Amino acid sequence: MTLYFYFLVFPGLLFAAVSGGILSWFDRKVTAWVQFRKGPPFFQPFYDFLKLLLVKETIIPTQGSGAVFLMAPVIALFGATMSAVFILLAAFGINTGFTGDVIVIFYLLNIPAISYIIGAMASGNPLASVGASREIKLIISYELTFLLVVAAVIFKAGMSISLYDIIQAQADHAFIGSLSGIILFIAAIFCIQAKLGLVPFDIAEAETEINHGSFIEYSGSAYAIILLTKYIMLFTLPAFIVVLFMGGLSVTGMGVVYSILKIIAVVLLITLIRNTNPRVKIKQAMRFFFIWMNLLVIIAIVLMWFGL
Amino acid sequence: MSFKEHIFKKSLWLFHYGGASCNNCDIEILDCLTPRYDVERFGIKLVGSIRHADVLLVTGSINKKDKERLLEIYKQAPKPILVVAMGACGCTGGIFAEGNTFAGPVDKIIPVDAYIPGCPPKPEAILAGIVKLVNRRNGK
Repeated sequence: MTLYFYFLVFPGLLFAAVSGGILSWFDRKVTAWVQFRKGPPFFQPFYDFLKLLLVKETIIPTQGSGAVFLMAPVIALFGATMSAVFILLAAFGINTGFTGDVIVIFYLLNIPAISYIIGAMASGNPLASVGASREIKLIISYELTFLLVVAAVIFKAGMSISLYDIIQAQADHAFIGSLSGIILFIAAIFCIQAKLGLVPFDIAEAETEINHGSFIEYSGSAYAIILLTKYIMLFTLPAFIVVLFMGGLSVTGMGVVYSILKIIAVVLLITLIRNTNPRVKIKQAMRFFFIWMNLLVIIAIVLMWFGL
Repeated sequence: MSFKEHIFKKSLWLFHYGGASCNNCDIEILDCLTPRYDVERFGIKLVGSIRHADVLLVTGSINKKDKERLLEIYKQAPKPILVVAMGACGCTGGIFAEGNTFAGPVDKIIPVDAYIPGCPPKPEAILAGIVKLVNRRNGK
């Protein structure tokens, strides 16, 4: 029974989706402020989601494979929710006693991107195929960096692969307080920028050149589920960064305020990066991650070796 | 007003179909997104794919080649879809109304929910058109 509660209500589907929706509004509002606009109302993400879910018609392309096309968003939602459950349970200090959940989370965070690729390939649209191939290249480029960042954090926490132990290791001072921690944090921010598909790494769903790429054929409820997955990821990935570098979240006393501030700070950083940069080409993105970000992480690991 | 209509009119996503437009209307649409007029505060945003759209915004005169494409786009749109004809060419044909290749104003091809006249209409006129469209959905 508690398992269903964890998965469906807190910290799973409902909690992550509502927080993600609020963060999505925050992201759009900050974007509007940066451009001296007024921005959308508070409930805008929920209006968008409910409109797509309840009002609009869902069209299945005749050229594509209908079952796979409709299953892909559901699988993406499942992956995002599972990763949210694993990350947030540890983040809120509930010890599941599951050693090695960092490895599982690392794989679960990949499921949304991979299901987007499957769904795009099943939709039978040439622009969607272009989007899918770009998404694959993007995964290849950021995944190694993300793996190195996670490995470095595990190394920093004394070779512990349990997320709960990683938070316990930061009880006195968070990892972001050290030089290597800051360098790892920078690399991790760029990785989640690419994972969320935001500018400068929104190559796979470039609106102006390939018209939303992978999602071009999705409409109605199917697109609503993709939107929900995006909301959940917008909450989950910053939470993961907070767990890895800032000592997790807390639900007691003043801890609530600090937790909210930590998440908002990370989302604000992501939003400002997305508002001040142009979209890069896929070659530039690969070079950025393969050469510069990997180099940065390796420097951080060397610094860590010297105890900085 | 039912709940579904309420959320629908709170989040209208625009798809812009440019016929044989002289681009003046297109530039005025972009003006609506700028800080001064900011239509995002009504939940309106431009989308690139007709599958996501709630409003099909048609600008420019529709000639014989455009007619087929406009019909195709309209069939591809998920229902309910609102159609807005914008500019003199979209509403009536304007100066192209008697041209050789002209295939009729938009409302002869697909059902139109709102007209925004003007050559080009000012951003204020576009906002007024949007308000009228939203009120029409209200059943007034």
